[in-house]
Amino acid sequence: MTPNLVYVVIVGVLFAAGVAMLLERSLTRVLMGMILLGNGVNLLILLGGKAGAPPIVGAANERDMADPLPQIMILTAIVITLGMTAFLLALAYRSWAMAGHDEVQDDVEDQRIMRLAETDQGSGTEDDR
Amino acid sequence: MTWLVPLPVVMPLIGAALTLMMAGRPRAQRTVSLTVLTATVIVSAALLWLTTTGGSMVVTVGGWAAPLGIVLVADQLAALMLVVSATMTVCVLVYSIGQGMADGHEETPLSVYHPTYLVLTAGVTNAFLAGDLFNLYVGFEILLVASYVLLTLGGTENRIRAGITYVVVSLLSSVIFLTAIGLIYAATGTLTMAHLVERLDELPDGLRLMLQGMLLLAFGIKAAVFPLSSWLPDSYPTAPAPVTAVFAGLLTKVGVYAIIRTETLLFPGGRAAVVLLILALLTMVVGILGAVAQSDIKRLLSFTLVSHIGYLLFGVGLTTQLGLSSAIFYVVHHITIQTTLFLATGLIEKRGGSTALDRLGGLARLSPVLAVLFLVPALNLAGIPPFSGFIGKLGLVQAGAADGGVLAWLLIAGGLATSLLTLYAVARVWNLAFWRVPPASAPARSPLPPLMVGSTLALVVLGVGLTVVAGPLFEIGDQAAGGLLERSGYVEAVFGGPR
Repeated sequence: MTPNLVYVVIVGVLFAAGVAMLLERSLTRVLMGMILLGNGVNLLILLGGKAGAPPIVGAANERDMADPLPQIMILTAIVITLGMTAFLLALAYRSWAMAGHDEVQDDVEDQRIMRLAETDQGSGTEDDR
Repeated sequence: MTWLVPLPVVMPLIGAALTLMMAGRPRAQRTVSLTVLTATVIVSAALLWLTTTGGSMVVTVGGWAAPLGIVLVADQLAALMLVVSATMTVCVLVYSIGQGMADGHEETPLSVYHPTYLVLTAGVTNAFLAGDLFNLYVGFEILLVASYVLLTLGGTENRIRAGITYVVVSLLSSVIFLTAIGLIYAATGTLTMAHLVERLDELPDGLRLMLQGMLLLAFGIKAAVFPLSSWLPDSYPTAPAPVTAVFAGLLTKVGVYAIIRTETLLFPGGRAAVVLLILALLTMVVGILGAVAQSDIKRLLSFTLVSHIGYLLFGVGLTTQLGLSSAIFYVVHHITIQTTLFLATGLIEKRGGSTALDRLGGLARLSPVLAVLFLVPALNLAGIPPFSGFIGKLGLVQAGAADGGVLAWLLIAGGLATSLLTLYAVARVWNLAFWRVPPASAPARSPLPPLMVGSTLALVVLGVGLTVVAGPLFEIGDQAAGGLLERSGYVEAVFGGPR
């Protein structure tokens, strides 16, 4: 497909929105960000192949046919994204069932440093004042 | 004999289907998994023998010839990685069977354990054999999906917390990889690596550099290269011991393998060499400083895992044959040793009731066998002669000295300092967990399950045995590195003749 501005802008918006959602704390939003990113990538792959008639031998002139390869790759990618979405949803649900929320928790190391800071022991990474 | 090539991928997948149908019959599941993985080891060994004597082997899947169809390529590097990783999966499987029996919960989440484990193996072998970038992506996805399930096995709160970080980071790296694939296809019209070799050369310089950078970023996350490594020590330690062991041994190394493959085959000439070397230095030093600060054995080992990825990048970044062959030898060593150490840590947890250093003590007296099982691979990791860690590091230092640049000497210094700090970190574990007076809270004496000890012992022996076979192994690594740098052999194998 010849890169056309509408598609490029859509891909850009999907990526931007996806990344913005990915930076949220709530896992449900992270999941939505992932879905947006996945769709953005799929559109991007589609842009990489030639558009045209259905690529079936005998149904069209070979020179007018669309490039089927990107579409196959997108199909595979869609299946993978579907599986991932289901798994992330399950994770979010499990997290909600166990902890009462689906927020991404702090790193163990961050928690440790924060605890040390609260008890005013210093993290050992900077000079004690 | 090319029909052997797809077997390491197909057999575990069939095994996964069979074990899934046998849910609730643990004994049958175990038999199937063990048979399948043992067969995979044998086939991989045969592949290594055949590729060493007769050159690369190629299978065109579905009979569609190379640039149109998908190819599976077994060259020496792929075959060597297959042998090592398949051997690890068998040993860890035996260990996990021993643990399952010992813990007495024969039925619980184990019914999904075997199928998932086999799918993970299939993903790893598929990634090694892939001769096509998209197939490499699929291989990565297979192993990642399996790893998500294994990491969150049982769904406890801690594992879910770690799993979320791991899944999101892995998904992000997959998105970056897929984007790179889309762009590469748009720019060149092909994804077969052998075909890309010539098509990428025709691209403008800036575009090539961008594509190389994107692939490096995607694989850098998977291989846990600093500064993309902080997900690893946070997620790995929460999983069950055998799962952590197989993750530590294999998953990051698949990322390293992908870096080696793309940096030599697709983007030769070392344009990213300086970046790789700087990243290698930072990965080594920052990783090991993290390890020194830890108070839990599993977390400490995870940091050493990150740190030693730096050595592998060091070899790749030098872009010389000696550098690459040392890196290949070091991968073999590192897979074996890191897996062994995590299995030994599982035994420590079993005997001492914890992996926190402040709660352990006197294990050398409580369980002398365990002490040996930990000490030997620990010294091996730190690179004490005559163990294989020393030989690998020696090769890297030689390769660095042969390069002679300022950066190379800096890396040699960093590598030696890292080695010394690794010794300090494992010696600290030894002093605190093995040599102190046993704490009053030490669990009562209980015999360690023989299967767990046996499989760990087998890996310890294997790790020591790497020293014995270091000569031939280095030679295979050298040939593989030569093939990687030459490139034309790979292309000719895929297209069935010179182009």
